[in-house]
Amino acid sequence: MRNAIPAMLAFVLFAAVPWLSEFWGGSYLTSLAMRAMILALAAVSLDLLIGQGGMVSFGHAAFLGIGSYVTGIAITEGTTDLTTILAITIAVAALFALVTGAISLRTTGVAFIMITLAFGQMVFFTLSALSEYGGDDGLTLWERASALEDDAVLYFSILGALMLAWFMVTRIVGSRFGRVLRAAKQNETRTETMGFDTFRVRLTAYVIAGVLAAIAGVLLANQAEFVSPASAAWQRSGDLIIIVVLGGMGTRSGAVLGALAFVALEEGLSSLTHDWRLIFGPLLILIVLYAKGGLASLWERRI
Amino acid sequence: MSTTLLLIQILNGLQLGVLLFLIAAGLTLVFGVMGFINLAHGVQYMIGAYLTVWFYGLTGHFMAALVLALLAALVLGLLLETFIFSHLYDRDHLDQVLATFGVILFLNQAAKVLWGPTPLNMPAPEILAGSFQITENLQYPLWRIAIIVIGLLVALLLWFLVTRTRVGMLVRAGATNAEMVSALGVNIRRLFMVVFGFGAMLAGFAGAIAAPIYSVEPGMGDDLLITAFVVIVIGGIGSIRGALIAALLVGLVDTLGRSTITDTLKLFLEPSAANQIGPALASMAVYVLMAAVLFFKPAGLFPARGAA
Repeated sequence: MRNAIPAMLAFVLFAAVPWLSEFWGGSYLTSLAMRAMILALAAVSLDLLIGQGGMVSFGHAAFLGIGSYVTGIAITEGTTDLTTILAITIAVAALFALVTGAISLRTTGVAFIMITLAFGQMVFFTLSALSEYGGDDGLTLWERASALEDDAVLYFSILGALMLAWFMVTRIVGSRFGRVLRAAKQNETRTETMGFDTFRVRLTAYVIAGVLAAIAGVLLANQAEFVSPASAAWQRSGDLIIIVVLGGMGTRSGAVLGALAFVALEEGLSSLTHDWRLIFGPLLILIVLYAKGGLASLWERRI
Repeated sequence: MSTTLLLIQILNGLQLGVLLFLIAAGLTLVFGVMGFINLAHGVQYMIGAYLTVWFYGLTGHFMAALVLALLAALVLGLLLETFIFSHLYDRDHLDQVLATFGVILFLNQAAKVLWGPTPLNMPAPEILAGSFQITENLQYPLWRIAIIVIGLLVALLLWFLVTRTRVGMLVRAGATNAEMVSALGVNIRRLFMVVFGFGAMLAGFAGAIAAPIYSVEPGMGDDLLITAFVVIVIGGIGSIRGALIAALLVGLVDTLGRSTITDTLKLFLEPSAANQIGPALASMAVYVLMAAVLFFKPAGLFPARGAA
């Protein structure tokens, strides 16, 4: 698996960050790396939808928000047990994905983009309306989930979750299920004629991706020790799509590289100027217009 | 809730619906004819509002500010079309989403840099600045009524343009089969440009007439854009008639939902619980409406024939 090499290199780099941070950057560098890994985890799951299934979801950040808020609310209410939090998160995210996915997947193309965007906004406004849990302002967590209290444990749990998700999605892509998913993207009628229920396959992928992104949300809440509706905002969904495309669609490695590049760009540009979006916006347009295939394709071309 | 209060909420709902229609009409036309999904449409609404406030500050005259803002919005729309969007028509929707997202990031930030992060305000034009006496002890701002009237007039104008003029015929033909229209000798690129410029102006116009009642701030177009998406999904992508009906429906459901759901819940729940759940449910109302419509009619209420 040659195209796994960039991801492996990225994982090695991430594993080395805590050690590197002793020489440069300190906790700033580790928190940056954790942010990149969490975004990468969410992007890997989104890549399953966009890259494999051709489902351009513009509401994927909703799942980040769900994971964050389940964590935030559970901890505020005194439940810090990580297993319980994860179990609730998975249940809530799977249910939400099942319902919204079943409705969204009745449409395709642009309508699908708009509907997922709308459902994402629905989550965003719902979270903003939770006045008991901070409302618009978000909610500060005074402790992390049990088992993640230690900084190093948290760091390597995030790395472990990312690697596990990456491996899982790679296995899914290689499986019969993954082939049907790709076939449905290429030619839906033909796939249906061959006897596959494309709706069910897509919905399953949608639920898997949603649950993975919600787990990223749990990690995000623990890393930031703060939850905010902003994690479910549509701009965040846009960021995730940018990461997937920047890295290279349909290549799990791309999502990891894209997250690294995105965090590096964001940090780099915002250290140059407060108005970094004035640069990032046009840069994004140029990337779309002139760069095809993303970062992962650079690697493949060179070999 | 009293009848007068209900009446006010209905008027507010219609006024929101009309603004949504002005935005959704351009969005759905551009999508119907060019198959182009333009996230930056909401930013054009914001620019329209900012330009109106700015020109109003310069000229001190509402009509002058409105005309200048519309012209500037048109020019900006055409510039965006020429330099960025025209290169995206042949691309897939993902590329269109990303590039127009880049435009949003840039223009929102540019508005913040140029006009500052604090919300701006402007008064309604003097003749329409007063209030309308609905009943003895109830007044309603004249400008909001003016918005409803203006919006419905624009809807009528659009209907006339699309169904009774040559350009409108080409637009309808383009929505059905752009390639065929092009093969018949119509300069389809120029048609695209006209439609795009017109859509940009409509969004700018919506921003201009909304400037006196909403605070003008960076990002003001984003939320409205997403609601406009809900509108065109409900109405059927590419359909102007669907956009009008869905916009009014969404405007009413959203406004009435916000004002009644919490009170209704208080009949069944503890007041504190109702205050918790009510606002969350109210902000979900339009999305639930969308989900319900899609469940029964996946292509929307009035699917435009031939449009994808």
